[in-house]
Amino acid sequence: MEPSPRTATSNPPVAAVPANLGERDLVRRSASSVPSPERQLEPVAKLIDVSKCIGCKACQSACIEWNDTNPAIETNVGLYENPHDLTPDMFTLMRFAEWENPQTGNLEWLIRKDGCMHCADPGCLKACPAPGAIVQYSNGIVDFIHENCIGCGYCIKGCPFNIPRISKVDHTAYKCTLCSDRVAVGQGPACAKACPTHAITFGTKEDMKKLADSRIEDLKSRGFENAGLYDPPGVGGTHVMYVLHHNDQPEIYSGLPKDPRVSPVVNAWKGVAKYIGFAAMGLAAAAGVLHSALTGPNRVTREDEEKAEDLVKEKT
Amino acid sequence: MATTSIEKEDAIHPGKPVVVDRYNLAARINHWITALSLILLALSGLAFFHPSLFFLTGLFGGGQEARAFHPWIGVLLFFSFTGLFIRFWRANLPEKADRQWLAHAGDMIKGDEEKVPEVGRYNPIQKVNFWLMSLLIVALIITGIAIWDQYFYDWTTIPQKRVAVLLHSLAAVALICIWILHVYAAIWARGTLRAMTRGSVTGGWAWRHHRLWLKELADRHRTKKPAAPAE
Repeated sequence: MEPSPRTATSNPPVAAVPANLGERDLVRRSASSVPSPERQLEPVAKLIDVSKCIGCKACQSACIEWNDTNPAIETNVGLYENPHDLTPDMFTLMRFAEWENPQTGNLEWLIRKDGCMHCADPGCLKACPAPGAIVQYSNGIVDFIHENCIGCGYCIKGCPFNIPRISKVDHTAYKCTLCSDRVAVGQGPACAKACPTHAITFGTKEDMKKLADSRIEDLKSRGFENAGLYDPPGVGGTHVMYVLHHNDQPEIYSGLPKDPRVSPVVNAWKGVAKYIGFAAMGLAAAAGVLHSALTGPNRVTREDEEKAEDLVKEKT
Repeated sequence: MATTSIEKEDAIHPGKPVVVDRYNLAARINHWITALSLILLALSGLAFFHPSLFFLTGLFGGGQEARAFHPWIGVLLFFSFTGLFIRFWRANLPEKADRQWLAHAGDMIKGDEEKVPEVGRYNPIQKVNFWLMSLLIVALIITGIAIWDQYFYDWTTIPQKRVAVLLHSLAAVALICIWILHVYAAIWARGTLRAMTRGSVTGGWAWRHHRLWLKELADRHRTKKPAAPAE
């Protein structure tokens, strides 16, 4: 078996290597099915240790650099976020929250690197109507394939984290790719590579969980008793995970959802509504066919015409 | 007395057979624009509704094109249907007599139309069809705008968009079902289609299906000279 494309090493290969992540590694493909893959890649994950983040935005710069995007230059409105939200040209965003800890009275600056969480159960993929516009690889990466995207915005409705953005330029959806193109050749994501404090690390999900455990232990020993790993089970776990010093209240990190899951409304729309819809339309058509077979056409008779002629003659 | 039952354009042409004008040219054009846009909306909408129907986007030039055209066709349908609504809402107001007719709706469906009370320009099933279509089209345009991200993204929150897209699909399914029954009924009652093509029906058709309407027209002497025979 070929080695799984992944890296957690500080010195990944520098020689050109062929891409080792492709169609054959798909486990899910939107609005279509894929044959079960012959190999199972080792699940990867990006671990974002919020407690180590200094808010320098090197990750954003690296993301822009690697993906060759050009986020618009905006106006300073007195917030640290720059740009002010995720955009089709900004796949990751440092979100800054000032939080007063009621227990200690300390003002804590909570900086969270927002972006696609690469859910194991991706709501975007579930909602997507375009065959092959959203795919999931066996290593856990969820990717948008722009040539298949129709720009409908259903992924936005499916996503529990409010991540995808539709470009007004090419009318397709954009989000973090987890640098699938870099991972395919044994490199880590650009943001992880650029992070000066190693707040962002990348490797196998197993390794990242171990790393998180050591970090959580350290945080707990320093008084953050609720420190923990954010790997929400409601979406089957994620391939982007956070170490949070206050894992009991993720909402304080600029609205990180406490128990994210694909909305039941989306599940109803993509599940039962389809069956009801086809059944109803089928029944309506069948009712017509059956009625026609049982009663035959409703024809106007010669007698009807004569009655009408008599009526008109009588009245005029 | 159902004075609302007749429209301005309705008129009897005496002769053999009697011919009765039912829809003028403007009403027919209005109807067919609505019909065409509804069909295009159903085709493009169903493509987004289920993957097995995604190929229908090919009719519009591809997924991107179907996605872009669909809401605009919806706007066309909304205004076109509004035209039909303004034309026909009075004639579709419920009347007391509709109750008795509905008690005999079973006979109508069984094809025993002789047992069914006389009725005006529209029978109660047609009226229900009219009001349901009106209601569903309003629901579709409202929920449609809520999910028309290209222009109205900021008007709604994401949870609202989720509800809107679910309601939009359910309303569309209901409208397609009603549309199927509407088309079926127009074919089943032979001689109906010409009302929306040539604009007129035969006297016998009016006598059989909408006798009060015919009687009212006759009572009011709403007659026109028969068209001069071709020489």
